[in-house]
Order: sequence, then structure tokens, then C-alpha cells
Amino acid sequence: MTTQAAERPKNFLEEVIAATPGESRLEMCIQCGTCGGSCPSGGDMDHTPRALFAMIRADMRNEVLRSNTPWYCVSCYFCTVRCPQEVHITDIMYALKNFAIRAKLYEENKNPAAGLSETFTDQVERYGRSFEFGLATRHNLKFHPSKLAGMASLGWGMLTKRQLDWREPKKIDGLAQLNAILERAKTLEEAA
Amino acid sequence: MSSQPIPLHLPGEEPAEKIGVYVCHCGTNIAATVDVAEVRDWAGQRLEDSGVVVSRDYKFMCSSLGQELIEKDIKDLGLTRVVVAACSPHLHEGTFRGACKRAGLNPYLCELVSIREQVSWVHTDRHAATDKAKAVVSGGVERVVRNTPLEPLRVPIHPATLVVGGGIAGIQAALEIANAGFPVYLVEREPSIGGHMAQFDKTFPTLDCAACILTPRMVEAGGHPNITLLTWSEVVDVKGYVGNFVATIKKKARYVNTELCTGCGICQEKCPKKIVDEVYEAGLGYRKAVYTPFPQAVPKYPVIDVPNCTFFQKGTCRACEKLCPTNAIDFTQKDELLTVEVGNIILATGYDLFDARRIPQYGYGRLANVFTSLEFERLTNAAGPTNGDIVLRDGKTKPQSVAVIHCVGSRDRNYNNYCSAICCMQSVKFAHLVKERTGAQVYNFYIDMRTTAKAYDEFYQRVLEEGTLFVRGRVAEVTDAARLPGEAGKLIIQVEDTLAGKQRRIPVDMVILSAALEPRRDAKQTAHLFGLSCSADGWMIEKHVKLDPVATMTEGIFAAGCVTGPKDIPNTVAQGAAAAARVLGMIQRREIELEPIKASVNQEQCSGCRICNNLCPFNAILFHEDRMVSEINPALCQGCGTCVAACPAGAISGTGFSNEQILSQIDGLLMLNVARQSAAVAA
Amino acid sequence: MSKYSFYPGCSMESSARAYLDSTLALQSSLDLQLDEVKDWNCCGATEYAATHLLPSYALVGRNLALAAQPSHGAPAAPTLVAGCSACYLNLAKTDYYMRQSGDLAERVNTALAAGGLHYQPGAVKVRHLLDILINDIGLAQIKAKVTRPLKGWRVAAYYGCQVPRPDYDHRFQNAEYPMQMEQLMQALGATVIDFPLKTHCCGGHMTQISEATSYELIRRLIQGADQYRADLLVTLCPMCQLNLDAYQVEMNKFFKTSYHVPVIFFTQLIGLAFGIDPVQLGFGREFISASALLKDKLGVDVPVAEEAVAAPPRPRRGQPEGLPMPRMPRSGQLGQEE
Repeated sequence: MTTQAAERPKNFLEEVIAATPGESRLEMCIQCGTCGGSCPSGGDMDHTPRALFAMIRADMRNEVLRSNTPWYCVSCYFCTVRCPQEVHITDIMYALKNFAIRAKLYEENKNPAAGLSETFTDQVERYGRSFEFGLATRHNLKFHPSKLAGMASLGWGMLTKRQLDWREPKKIDGLAQLNAILERAKTLEEAA
Repeated sequence: MSSQPIPLHLPGEEPAEKIGVYVCHCGTNIAATVDVAEVRDWAGQRLEDSGVVVSRDYKFMCSSLGQELIEKDIKDLGLTRVVVAACSPHLHEGTFRGACKRAGLNPYLCELVSIREQVSWVHTDRHAATDKAKAVVSGGVERVVRNTPLEPLRVPIHPATLVVGGGIAGIQAALEIANAGFPVYLVEREPSIGGHMAQFDKTFPTLDCAACILTPRMVEAGGHPNITLLTWSEVVDVKGYVGNFVATIKKKARYVNTELCTGCGICQEKCPKKIVDEVYEAGLGYRKAVYTPFPQAVPKYPVIDVPNCTFFQKGTCRACEKLCPTNAIDFTQKDELLTVEVGNIILATGYDLFDARRIPQYGYGRLANVFTSLEFERLTNAAGPTNGDIVLRDGKTKPQSVAVIHCVGSRDRNYNNYCSAICCMQSVKFAHLVKERTGAQVYNFYIDMRTTAKAYDEFYQRVLEEGTLFVRGRVAEVTDAARLPGEAGKLIIQVEDTLAGKQRRIPVDMVILSAALEPRRDAKQTAHLFGLSCSADGWMIEKHVKLDPVATMTEGIFAAGCVTGPKDIPNTVAQGAAAAARVLGMIQRREIELEPIKASVNQEQCSGCRICNNLCPFNAILFHEDRMVSEINPALCQGCGTCVAACPAGAISGTGFSNEQILSQIDGLLMLNVARQSAAVAA
Repeated sequence: MSKYSFYPGCSMESSARAYLDSTLALQSSLDLQLDEVKDWNCCGATEYAATHLLPSYALVGRNLALAAQPSHGAPAAPTLVAGCSACYLNLAKTDYYMRQSGDLAERVNTALAAGGLHYQPGAVKVRHLLDILINDIGLAQIKAKVTRPLKGWRVAAYYGCQVPRPDYDHRFQNAEYPMQMEQLMQALGATVIDFPLKTHCCGGHMTQISEATSYELIRRLIQGADQYRADLLVTLCPMCQLNLDAYQVEMNKFFKTSYHVPVIFFTQLIGLAFGIDPVQLGFGREFISASALLKDKLGVDVPVAEEAVAAPPRPRRGQPEGLPMPRMPRSGQLGQEE
């Protein structure tokens, strides 16, 4: 007697697990709140990581992807090392950011974090290096125009302290090679 | 060694044996995946040449009716061999062997082959599973033909018992056996019996004083005519087998002549050396270099702690010797080795507390007012360092707010996966004691509340009623880095209140960590000493966690209390008593039958290489230096087969597992028997 | 001569120039040779993975593949050293996940093949500069080179997040409470304080996302260092240094506070203790000036000076009398096993 489970579409929990490289162990969450308690920016999140995981299990896809939680993740990995169930929380947050950008549920212009990541990505692909001063300027022009005066003074200070280089970075020699690699990786990811 | 089994009869000739094959449905466990009727018919027809004269199927072969079916066939058809295809031999081998024995057939002429664990439970394709079941039956038939009748070995049981560990489990077990009239050696490595329970103040859920209920038992054990109490002693060697163990016990020198000592305590009072007591006081109090760990210690005689004694280290002092009114101090004593013969052993070696320094974010060891559960027990104990006053580490300030953190080092894959079973109740007890004695605000931080035994949940309800605030959330960290108003000078609990869905910072004066119970640091050595095994967590493994929880895989060695995993006091006491009942059962039998599945060395073939000597997990192999050959003690051999497989000369074989039996069974599994017969018929 | 491949990363070449300069300045004293990986690219920091997960591993994979390639016919050094926390984490994480997951390794290598590269997981061992100094060169050798001990300096060691965590292969001593920088500072003659926030977060990229969140995180650390009367914070992370130093003034404005806690790279302090010229070590580049400290404690003048803000009196963590404290391992190391 052979019993085969009928093919069914993946629920959101299974999608997130599949999208997280390596082992996510998200299914093992016992809702203890170690992540939420440890999170340095947890106070500013609309849902704690723990609550977000409960929402993922509840298949509340749109609510999860509208949440600011992944964008407030500072990648400090406190949650990851303290989690008693060894859930790879920070890695899951990166996967959720990818989902949110693709689903366009977290609107770019209201979300400085997604914008920052995109600006950064753009620079890396253009130069092969990141360019901190240019990044801050471009980012702030877009998202915090009113703050630019203050930031500019900080930028000027940085220049005089020679912390930042005013010139654009030199492109790496293998920029074409790098972009070929990244393009192939993007194709592979979309195919998966 | 030949891969061609010797044919027992030529094709066409009458087989020498009459075999019955019985195929069990096991309800739908087997029948849902294996076509039982087809296996039955196939065995009856295709294995006829191997000697099968009858094959039947039945819904539950293990039922009385199923067994009677076999017994009737043995009597009516004169069966000389039986093959039952059902579950694992672990479960019902004894059942079917018993049935054969009742019908007059030697029980070792019955083979149980598994078509459940090895077939129906692990396959989904009915057709393939049925074919595999046929192969398994065929293998069983070929093997059983070559089985020989065996007789169990009988050995006498020595009436004395060795109990290792003098905590409440060991005390209970020792008293049960001693009260039944049999001798007990109770060995404890600390200077006094009592174990962890002697460190506690109150016990949940009834809040009896631990000392009040424990000390009468300690006194009884200490003075019992059938109990030989060996404290400050350790078992260093165990030889022998069920019924006949020989244990060597090291009695460490006490440097106190117990014949002369009256236990007056003057030596302890006068000893100038003060040491932090890491064992009994859990590091929270002091003792002297000559000491009894606590006033109610049994026996009352002190011991001298050599590494800390000024006389032993520097050659001067001798204060205790000079001031002892009965001249009982004897610096010349030496460790002694004592050999005892016992029939059974009970291991009750208990647990160690998780080292809370391993979780740096809880600050234990850095932040003065973070305490472990055992430290808190000493703090509340009237005989403890503060005479029962709950105060901060400065020794005087009463806390106004206290946090109790559950699951510290338990239910955490970074440390221990398991639940420590007692922490919820212990933490609730702490909340009650703090509230009662200081009036402080208490917060308990938990993941899940587990209050499952008698009167436990009622106690939780009571503590809720008293106003303890329960916060569902595993604490992220404890810090003294203040950043909000009201936090300066406090310990701050950083936590997600998961029911409110919010991060909280709660400033408190004192933090109590309900630390996990862990296997003894030397549990692996202990397991090796007694020939037992530990689980991955390090706890000793029971014979069966549900159905044989106080026995171990080694006959005659039992285990009670936390040695097999975290337990509360009621369970520990129950296990102590249960282990004693099992031992008494053994003693009453006077002798025991040993499984005749044993290995033996063919002395002609043995090259004397000794490879088998150290591999034997039961120390059953003896080497004769004079003749340069190994020999196996059949009473010690458990028939595991390790030596048989390891012997490079092929000199060792196991009864019931001879090469011939194994190779024939493989032939049967590969259906070579059926193929040979078909070929013979065709020829 | 100990030779290593070296991955400086974008920050060390721009905002954390003082870190790079001081690191390179130590090479001859410590008999250390750091060979920069040719034509390395950005590691993606904490941003690239947010937009493209698999490509973020391929991005780092190119660096690993370049580091594993032989240069000038000589085999590549088996150890790849990074100084920046994000780079160290991303390099180690990519190598670790590629070793753990054959599927990920295959996909990353399929992408790398588009650039004619291949990386065999495990081919290089990724280590942090601090780990090299402590475990390969050793505290004894460092101590022997000290000519200008940092006597009387109260130093709070600050590790931030991505060096101690997550602990792939137990790559760093302790995820919560490491002690290496403390041991190093003691070897230089400084007084180290038990800084409970040593592995807490500096805010990372939050300065670009939410002012309130980032200034709060910066304040926690600066306030903590101030409470423990630290003369300075010593760090090993360019991002932490940038946030705590460059944004300290803005944070003070935001909360109307007046903290003045210089944030200095550990390599700068080693160089200082070795007697190297502070300017060569990048002193003077910091926003919150350490010049007053150098002048007061060592009598050394550094060209750029700022007015030091007088620190208010701070509470102390007392050593209580009364009941004994639990005994800690002597080295202060909290091992996994006893």
C-alpha cells in the first residue's frame, strides 16, 4: 500500500525555509523570545523576530513582508548564537528582505533600509568596491533630504579628517568578470 | 570457512527436520504492507524441500490462541523446528520460545524473524515488501535447521548488594534491602551521606523541611545492622557478573580514628584554616580543613582535607591533634582497599549542577548578585551561611526585587537539549520563599510551565495568588549596564515578554538561575567501570525507559534516581525503592538462569594474539599466559559477538551464531535454497 | 617571518585608514608579512545579501577563489587574514556554508565559472588579525616589544558583533564574552575594565536608516564606557569605530549629552606601546580626539587636538564583602568544556 502526499503549493513557512541558504531550522522555533529580548533594535521593530516567526507559521505572508522587522535587523547575530533551538535567525532576516524587495510590499521610498541596500548593491556592481562617502550622500539625498545639511557637515568633517576619500573609488580590474559571476548567480537564483 | 553450507539432505530425499512456519499479521502492522497469506502459501510450497511441513498465518501470533496453535502443531505433527515471522526478537522471542518449551521442544530450536521492524514498517511497496518477507522467512528456515538444543546456565546469587551513592535514592534503596534482611554496602564519596537533598531547605510542593524528612533516613541507614556504611570511599574496580560481582572500594584516609572520635566538633572549631566549601555550601559558605559537611552528617566523624591542611602542606599546626579530647586525630592513616562480594549493584550517583559561567550573558561569576539555584538553597537554609536570611552577596542587604530565571542550560541546544524536569517547580518554590521571607517583588521568567505531578499545579496556583509576576520569555541577558532611569545600581533583566510581544528591561536586586541538572562530570568513567553505557547527553541508559526504568543493559546492575536523568525527589525515592525491589527479587531466586548464547574459543586455533581481550565489553575473556591462549568465562559472556567478529584466526564462535548458521541464513535470504531445488528438479 | 594573505576591505582603505596604516606599521616589529589579495572586490557588508542572496555568496566566493590562487608561481598562503568585521564574517560564512552545503557550493561555483574561477570550500582558512596576533605571534612576543607601556590607561575593549558571532567552527574564543583584546591590552601595560557591553551592537548601518535607533545604540555603548570610567574604547571593527567616533558628536547633540570617549583601533595602541610615531599610526584622524590622552599619559604630542570634555564622576562596580563570589577560571576564559 503506497500512500503519497498530494502535491500542494508550499506554504510561506516552507518558502522561507527553502530560500534560506544552508539550514534555517525555522520550523524548530519554540517562541521563547530569546531573539526578541536580545535584539538591539527590537524596540523599534513593529513585530519582534519571535512574533514575526509566529506570523510566518500562520501564513500571514503579506503582513510579514510589510513588516519593518527584517529592515531593522543590524546583523549583530546575538539572536543566532543565543537561540536555544539554533534557528539561523539573521540568515532568515536576509531571506525575508529578498522576499520583500521582490514582492514590492515594502515600498522603496518609504523604506530607507531597502534603499540603502539597493544603493550599496548598485555601487558594488559599478565599481567592485563600496564607496562610503558616495553611499552616504546618495542615500541621504534620496531618503533624508532634510537631514542633508547635518550629514553634510559630518561628511565635511570626515573629509578634513581624511577618513573618507572624496574621489570615486577606482574600479577593480576584474569588474567585467565580477559582473559575469553575479549575473550567473542571479539567473541561478531566479531559476530555483 | 566455506560459503557452501553443507546440504542436510539430498534433493528428493526426506528432509531431516520437520519445520512449522507461522506468519503474524500483527493486526494491520504487518498485514497492511505484506501479503501475509501469500507468504504463508509460498513458505508451505517452496520451502517444503527444506523441511517445512506446515505454514500458517494468524492475526496475533503472540496471543494465547496464537501460541496454542504452535504448541498443538508441535504435539500433533511432531515439529522439530519452529520459525515465527513477526516482530523483533527484542519483544516476543521469549514468548514463542516459551510456547515451544511448554510443548516439549527445546526453546532454542525456535527462531523469530522480523517482518515488521525490518519489512512492513520500513517499506511502502506492498509487492516488494511481500517478496522481502519471503526472503526473511526463507533465511529463518535455513538457519533454524542448523540450530542446536541449548540449556541455560545456572549461577547462584550472592545475597549482598552494593549501593553506590548515598543520596536519597541510594539511602532509600539501601534501607529497603536492609529492612528485608539482606546485607548492603552503601558507598559514598563525600564525608557524609545525604546528597543534594541535604543541601536544600524546603522541598516542593508541600514545603516540608528537607532535613526534617531526610535526616531520620540518614540516621536509620547509618545505624542499620545490615548496612555497612562506607563514606569518604569510592568504588575503583568491579569484576564478575550477575549474582557474583567482586567490587574493590577505596576507603580514603580520614585521618580520624573513628573508634575514638566522639564527633564533639572541637577539631573543626579550632582548625585555623578556612576554605570556601564548593560542595555542600555550593561555594557560598566556608568550612575548615578538618570538617563534617553539616551538623547532621552521618557518620558524625570528620575528615581532614589534605590539600588544604596546613600540617600536610607545611608540616606545622597540628591544632586538631593537640586539642582533640580523645586523641582521635591520626595523621598516619593510609587509604585502604576493601574487596566485597555482592550479587547485585545499584548505581545512584546522582547529578551535578550546570556551570552557569558557561552562559556569560547571565553574568554569573561577574555580577555579585546573580546566584545559582544551589547557592539560593544554601541562602534559604537555616543551617546555611546566612542562617536562612535571604540577602545579597554583601551578606546583609535584603533584596526588594528578585528575578528567577528558568531553563538555564536546559532546553538549549547550545548546552543541554533536555528539560531538567525540576526547574519549574524549584523556581516557583524560590518565588514563594523570597516572597514569604522578604516581601520582595518576584519575577519568574519561563518558556513553558511544567507542573505535572501530584499537587504541583496547585502549588503554582498558590504562588500566582501570592503575587509573583510570571513573564513568559527566555531572558536574553542580565546586565549591570544601566541606561534608563531606575536602573542604576540594579541588575537589569533584558527580555522579550512574549505574551505582550514587547521588549522589556526589568531592574532587580537579585537574580536566581535555575541551572540545569547535568550528568556527573565523571559519568563516563563510572559507566566504563560498571560496564554500562551513557546516552549522548551523558546520562546512564536504562534497559527500557518505560518498561524497565531501573534496570540497565548489564544483568545485575540497576540504576536509581538522577543517574539516568533529571528527577524530582518523589520520583527519585520511587526509583530507589523500585531498584531495591528488583534486587530483592533476584536475591529471592537464589540462582539465575543465564542466556546460553555464549562465545567460546577453540583453543587449538587460538594464536594468542589477545586482540579479543580488550575488546570484550564485559571483561569476560581470560588469557592463559602459560598456554598462550584466551578463554571465555561463560558466566560473564553476554553473547554480544564482538570477539567472534574480531578474531583474526576465526577461533571464536558463538553458540546460536555459528558460521554455519549465519551462512545458511544468508543463503536463505538470497533464495539460493529455492534456486538449488529448482535446478535439481530441472535436472 | 609569518606570511599571510590579506584582505583589507573597502573600509580599511577609506574611513578606517588609521586601522590599515597602523596594521601595516606593525609588520616589521612583529616579523609579519601581509600579502594583499590581488584585485579583491567588496564583501557586500550587510547590504548585498539583502537584495540578492545567492549572488552575495558568489560575490564573496570570488575573493576566496582569488585568495586560493597561487601568486608568482608560489602556492597561496593557507590563511586569509581580514581586519574588518564584516569582511571577516562574510569570508568565513561563505566558506563555512559552502563546506556545509554541497548544493550551495555547487551553485556558487557555477556562478564563479562564468568568470573562469573556482573555489574549493575549505581551501583557505579565514582568520581575524587579532587572532593572528594573539595565537600565532603570541602575547609574549608582543610584550617583549613594548617600549612605551600604556601605564595608567583605563581601556574598555569593544569587539562589536561580527567578529565574535556567529561562531562558525568556534572561530572566535567566545560569542558573548571574549577576552583576547583584554589580554592584549594587559600585555601593553594598560588597565582593562570589565566592560559588559563589549559585544553589543554599535548600530551598524542604522545611522543611514533611523537616527533615533542608531543614536540610542551608540549612546548605550558610550554611556557604558563612561560609567566604567574608561579613558577610551579600543576596537577591532571599522564600522564600530566609525559609528562610535564619527557619530558621537551627533549623538551628544541628539541626547544633549557631552560624552568624550575616544575610539581607537587595537593596532594603533600596539604601535603606540611599541614606540611608533602616533601620526604614522593614524592618530589625529579620529573625531573624538585622543590627543589629550596621549599628552597626559605619555607626554606625546599629536598635531590635531581637540578640547577634551571633563568627565562627570561615575559609579563603580564594587567588590562586595560578605558571601564569597563564585570562582572564575584564572585566565578569564570561559571555555565550552571544563
